[in-house]
Amino acid sequence: MKKIISIGWQTLKKPSAYFSLGFLVIGGFIMGIIFWGGFNTALEATNTEQFCISCHEMEDNVYEEMKTTIHFSNRSGVRATCPDCHVPHKWTDKIARKMQASKEVWGKIFGTINTREKFLAHRKRLAQNEWTRLKANDSLECRNCHNFDYMDFTAQSGRAAQQHSTSLASGDKTCIDCHKGIAHQLPDMKGVEGW
Amino acid sequence: MNKAMQYICNSFLSLILVTTTATAFDDVATLRKGKALDQQSPSSPIANVMNNDIKRARNYPMQPPVIPHKTRNYEVNLNTNKCMSCHSRKRTEESQAPMVSVTHYMDRDGNFLAEISPRRYFCNQCHATQTDAKPLVENTFIDMHRLMKTKQKSDN
Repeated sequence: MKKIISIGWQTLKKPSAYFSLGFLVIGGFIMGIIFWGGFNTALEATNTEQFCISCHEMEDNVYEEMKTTIHFSNRSGVRATCPDCHVPHKWTDKIARKMQASKEVWGKIFGTINTREKFLAHRKRLAQNEWTRLKANDSLECRNCHNFDYMDFTAQSGRAAQQHSTSLASGDKTCIDCHKGIAHQLPDMKGVEGW
Repeated sequence: MNKAMQYICNSFLSLILVTTTATAFDDVATLRKGKALDQQSPSSPIANVMNNDIKRARNYPMQPPVIPHKTRNYEVNLNTNKCMSCHSRKRTEESQAPMVSVTHYMDRDGNFLAEISPRRYFCNQCHATQTDAKPLVENTFIDMHRLMKTKQKSDN
């Protein structure tokens, strides 16, 4: 084992004897573009709704529920897709979330939620994961579209304006504290704060 | 022979009955607005749900109060009751919403329960949101106060 590593290291350490410097530099540059571009393209491909609902777990449960909500169908036709809310937009955070998602691949392979019953049994845990995540990042994914600085309280209903101008403005509460179940049905809410 | 005669007579009578009733109800206003049965009149736009949080008068003392706000996508099911996340006894301090009446915490024998009574769980069975739609027909309901007033007047 030690010998193999040693041979590998020796090879890397030696200057190239056959390839020109130009070939190595330009070739390395082009390969870099191809690999990096390929990586990002593949990453973006997993970041689409089409990809998410290619699994029946997502299509039959959470996607169906979302269809009835305002984030799917509304007067202006702007809609949120799965990754808009469930994947951070910033690159580093996105990669971190994607690495966590490898656990979801595990779940898919072993069928953790492959029936409706299993999904319902796990629903509270899954919802709580998302609530914790959104609570921790101050509802960042909501705020990607709903920017507090540009909210017009006069255009909101009295009750909404009251809540947003006090608790939300002071940072005491964040979006998810009140807007749980905005895009999917709720799990058993027993013991959840504020219910 | 007798049976056949009876049958013909019956069908003739029912035919007369049908035609007369049809003509008699022709001038009755219906929600179809006189449109033929095989035709569809354009549907009226969906009315907006009132969302002003202003309490409305009750038309009679036992009337369940109407909901003065939107309730789109409020879940009331086995898992949760969205209404009670504001209107339950322990939530009203934070939400400042009116508490559901104490009768909602009683079972049918009048015993008090810690949580809302299962028979009162489905809020929408009695409480409804209001829309800004124009009434289709005039409301002729007379409130009991007005009834009493007219009676007092006629007594004097």
